Amino acid sequence: MNHSFHLVVDNVEKRFDTKQGEFLAIRDVNLRVNRGEFVALIGHSGCGKSTLLNLLAGLSTPTGGVLVCAGREVKGPGPDRGVVFQNHSLLPWLTCFQNVHLAVERVFAGKESKAQLKERTENALKLVGLSHAIHKHPNEISGGMKQRVGIARALAIEPAVLLLDEPFGALDALTRAHLQDELLRIVAETKSTVVMVTHDVDEAVLLSDRIVMMTNGPAATIGEILEVKLARPRDRLALAEDVEYHHYRKAVVEFLYSKHKKAA
Amino acid sequence: MTNAITMPLAVGASLQEKETKRSAHEMFVETAKKTSEDTAESRAAREAELAMKIRRRREQITGLVQTTVPAFLGFALFILAWQFLSQINSQIPSPAKVWMAAVKLFSDPFYSKGPNDQGIGWNILSSLKRVGIGFGLAALVGIPLGFMIGRFTFLDRMTAPIIAILRPVSPLAWLPIGLLVFKAANPAAIWVIFICSIWPMIINTAVGVQRIPQDYLNVARVLNLSEWKVFTKILFPAVLPYMLTGVKLSIGVAWLVIVAAEMLTGGVGIGFWLWDEWNNLVVEHIIVAIFVIGIVGLLLEQLLTRIAARFEFNEKA
Ligand SMILES: Nc1ncnc2c1ncn2[C@@H]1O[C@H](COP(=O)(O)OP(=O)(O)OP(=O)(O)O)[C@@H](O)[C@H]1O
Ligand SMILES: [Mg+2]
Repeated sequence: MNHSFHLVVDNVEKRFDTKQGEFLAIRDVNLRVNRGEFVALIGHSGCGKSTLLNLLAGLSTPTGGVLVCAGREVKGPGPDRGVVFQNHSLLPWLTCFQNVHLAVERVFAGKESKAQLKERTENALKLVGLSHAIHKHPNEISGGMKQRVGIARALAIEPAVLLLDEPFGALDALTRAHLQDELLRIVAETKSTVVMVTHDVDEAVLLSDRIVMMTNGPAATIGEILEVKLARPRDRLALAEDVEYHHYRKAVVEFLYSKHKKAA
Repeated sequence: MTNAITMPLAVGASLQEKETKRSAHEMFVETAKKTSEDTAESRAAREAELAMKIRRRREQITGLVQTTVPAFLGFALFILAWQFLSQINSQIPSPAKVWMAAVKLFSDPFYSKGPNDQGIGWNILSSLKRVGIGFGLAALVGIPLGFMIGRFTFLDRMTAPIIAILRPVSPLAWLPIGLLVFKAANPAAIWVIFICSIWPMIINTAVGVQRIPQDYLNVARVLNLSEWKVFTKILFPAVLPYMLTGVKLSIGVAWLVIVAAEMLTGGVGIGFWLWDEWNNLVVEHIIVAIFVIGIVGLLLEQLLTRIAARFEFNEKA
């Protein structure tokens, strides 16, 4: 098989129709993601990270350019691309278990027994440390816990592509670190391709193979792409004193806070 | 009334004989003083706890009093005004007279002396039956229609003008059509209920479908859920609270309409009975009928509010 990219974003542009007229959110976005690659999207709030991720998910269509996933043009969403939404998007009338089970059932129902589906669901929730809250409704758990259910729901279907929109944004530092490690482990195991939106510089450097840095909107685009050549598996303790790590970190910080400083 | 007010004192007295007359706050201060003298600290703690209990109890009772007193007062004023009216206009029966009539009517609600002379219980039940059938049919048609209108913009645009025109039409305007088509009074009355109570259910269900947060639908799209799953797991639960609001409004309308419809169609039913009593000029029965209609309507609404509350989910948290 000749080399082909898992995800291709070609000259993509997205305009929104708003009450004040047309709004150009992102333009001239070009990106190629290899199979099994981990890409972080970083940029200031409102620059269009979620917009780009939604295009990849197939939840919205570009007003210009094309997106390709696994050799086929993205025409709509599908379970080959698991999505963790920025605002968790759990169904409030279902328990945590039912929320995850809905996804598991959709993907594995034909192939596995009921008991296996249940086990999958429970394992996914266990992975994010929510075994104790399995039968609670979303309104009975904290914001961070909701986000974790959202992550469990996406991971449970073992998608080829994981699209994460600030999945750890609402979490405390400890839980965040734990889940980052879990994500690294899972991704290494499943060899999923990951595109993850984040605000957190450390998170971006720790997790990704490449960091895509976006300029400020409106009409945002990719400013720079930084390749992170840190060996895997990565250990957060060892990296804390790693010179290279700090070099990458500095590059991202410089991009965000001096080259593309957010206008107050 | 007086009972409710003196009760906290009575409770206090039974718990602690000597300190009845003092306020809970004074007692609290008192117990605090005692602690320094008393060697038995546990006793002080117990007393403080007791004082707290009394105070909490007193707050509970004042809360109850605050809500019930105005209601009672309203009722008392209402009865007083009515009494006054009956005194200046001898045709209006006094509250006492109506009360006596009601007691008599409800002492034997289920007698039956031929089709035109039946107990008030039968009248209420047959009205409820008509409302049940008309409203049930309206729900059967209106709710699915509401779902479709909410889901398909085309259908929404197609039906919007018709609904806008037909909805404000008075219930009685529909009656001739019913009589014409069904050639009988009873189905015509049911028809009127049907056509008048269908609108809130269509509209509320459709609005509910249109207001489903995009986030929920995105979940469905990302997972590529089947239409059936989308309906049972997302559409239906999300729309349910809206739908039940529509149902609640509808049942209110249905009950409002039945009286008018029965007045015109005759037969057995609380509306017809009211009209019959007007023809007999038994005014106290008319007033009894008004109260019965009001109370049954209230109960129907309460029932649906209860049901709706069961299905409320907490969107935000
Ligand atoms: N549906 C929409 N209609 C109109 N404008 C939109 C819409 N969605 C996003 N935008 C605009 O596009 C821009 C980018 O939004 P987007 O949500 O992608 O930002 P973001 O980078 O994800 O921000 P954040 O980090 O705060 O989540 C914003 O200016 C936003 O107002
Ligand atoms: Mg965003």
